[in-house]
Amino acid sequence: MPRIVFIEPGGARRQIDAPCGITLMEAAVGNGVPGIVAQCGGACACATCHVYVAPAWFDKLPAREEMEEGMLECAWEPRANSRLSCQVQVTADLDGIELAVPQQQGDS
Amino acid sequence: MISTVIIIGGGQAGAQAVDTLRREGFAGRLVLISDEAELPYQRPPLSKKYLSGEVPAERLLLKHRAFYDEHRIELRLNTRVARLHLESKQIELADGEKLAYDRMILCLGGGPRRLSCPGADLRGIHYLRGLADADSMRAALTDRARVVIIGGGYIGLETAATCRKMGCEVAVLEMADRVMNRVVAPLVSRYFADEHRAHGITLSCDTRVTQLEGNATVEAVICADGRRFAADLVIVGVGAMASTALASDAGLKCDNGIVVDEHCRTSDAAIFAAGDCTNQPSTRYGRRVRLESVDNAFEQSKAAALNLLDKPFIHDRVPWFWSDQFDSKLLIVGLSQDYDRQVLRGDPATRSFSVCYLKERELIAVETVNHSKDYMAARKLIADRALMDLDKLPDINTPLKEAV
Repeated sequence: MPRIVFIEPGGARRQIDAPCGITLMEAAVGNGVPGIVAQCGGACACATCHVYVAPAWFDKLPAREEMEEGMLECAWEPRANSRLSCQVQVTADLDGIELAVPQQQGDS
Repeated sequence: MISTVIIIGGGQAGAQAVDTLRREGFAGRLVLISDEAELPYQRPPLSKKYLSGEVPAERLLLKHRAFYDEHRIELRLNTRVARLHLESKQIELADGEKLAYDRMILCLGGGPRRLSCPGADLRGIHYLRGLADADSMRAALTDRARVVIIGGGYIGLETAATCRKMGCEVAVLEMADRVMNRVVAPLVSRYFADEHRAHGITLSCDTRVTQLEGNATVEAVICADGRRFAADLVIVGVGAMASTALASDAGLKCDNGIVVDEHCRTSDAAIFAAGDCTNQPSTRYGRRVRLESVDNAFEQSKAAALNLLDKPFIHDRVPWFWSDQFDSKLLIVGLSQDYDRQVLRGDPATRSFSVCYLKERELIAVETVNHSKDYMAARKLIADRALMDLDKLPDINTPLKEAV
């Protein structure tokens, strides 16, 4: 199973072995990663599963769709490497990907 | 000293309550009771990707079993609570077992409003609330099945879109003059009605159902105007009611929901309530509201857990809602009431637009269709009570956050 690394705002690293086909958000929520709230459960409606993707990995992900783009633009502190983790599926080539969790989620 | 907390109800609010209580340091006995067989799961996909079979049940779980083990949460699934004994601070289960509590949170949710017309008890009439309902519905949705849906609200329209995508013949019958009439502007109703019709759904407004016809199993839906819709199955989505029986039988104050104060406390100081089952005074709206949404279940439950632990907290988040129908996403933020002006941004013909509701220039609610940027901006602007610039507002090319 691909290994996904979540880095909490305080710097703590959490490694999760996630099956292919679920989303990065599901991997986080299923393992209780603090700071990934995912209130809407993956419907791209709340922007509370926001992560910063390590730059080396960012380009390996499928591009953001328009809905995700719009959600992120007014999310809390968006950056060039921001993604909503509910919109990215775990695949074999994401083994080792590093995702930083923002200090806040949503719009505030 | 609080040694035992009981949560009744295993929905979104119940799962959030145990999460917040443990995160906030409650180390005592924590019991979560649910009358459903499954661990707490997400309900919104039941009318969408779960019904269609795209997402399996295990992906709906709000937390995995390991979470409950790790946090020492006593799960009592498939367990019905018969009554509450407020005086002795005990609850009585259906099998007679009694459990004592120091504090309790009622997360009883709601149940679908049922039809009462002749034929309403025939087989083949489905309501949607839980996983089991979606399972039995799916089993009946064979290819080309004739599905008649009574009610053009969120549930009715979402299941209509799903059934149509699964290859069924679908008719939607709505009593009012437009779909989702209680929650969106007329032109948003029109947009979604057009979407459904374009996908081959027969959508009929101003249509009152008077009878369900059939021999043991439903075969047709009869309307007041005499029309008859042949049906292999009927899905009813005509609203929901708060589940309050347990609370009102025990003497807790109820009025269109369990009456709670701004701290989510019921009329009994040891008992809190959260989610669809509550009726709470809103500081933002200056009146009592009963909301049915994931967001409300989440926020109220968090607040109830904090207040239960004597960490005073009043949530003042702007409510939000969403609905997915075919490839259109409706995102709503705020409650569209008491407004004095409605402003359209963009053109529905482009399939991406917003309707803004203002009160003395203050933005109080926004409905967006396929326009997440306006939605996210609106969440912040409404929370901040922003005053809008009426000249800039109608231009969808001006970002909403710059139209202040």
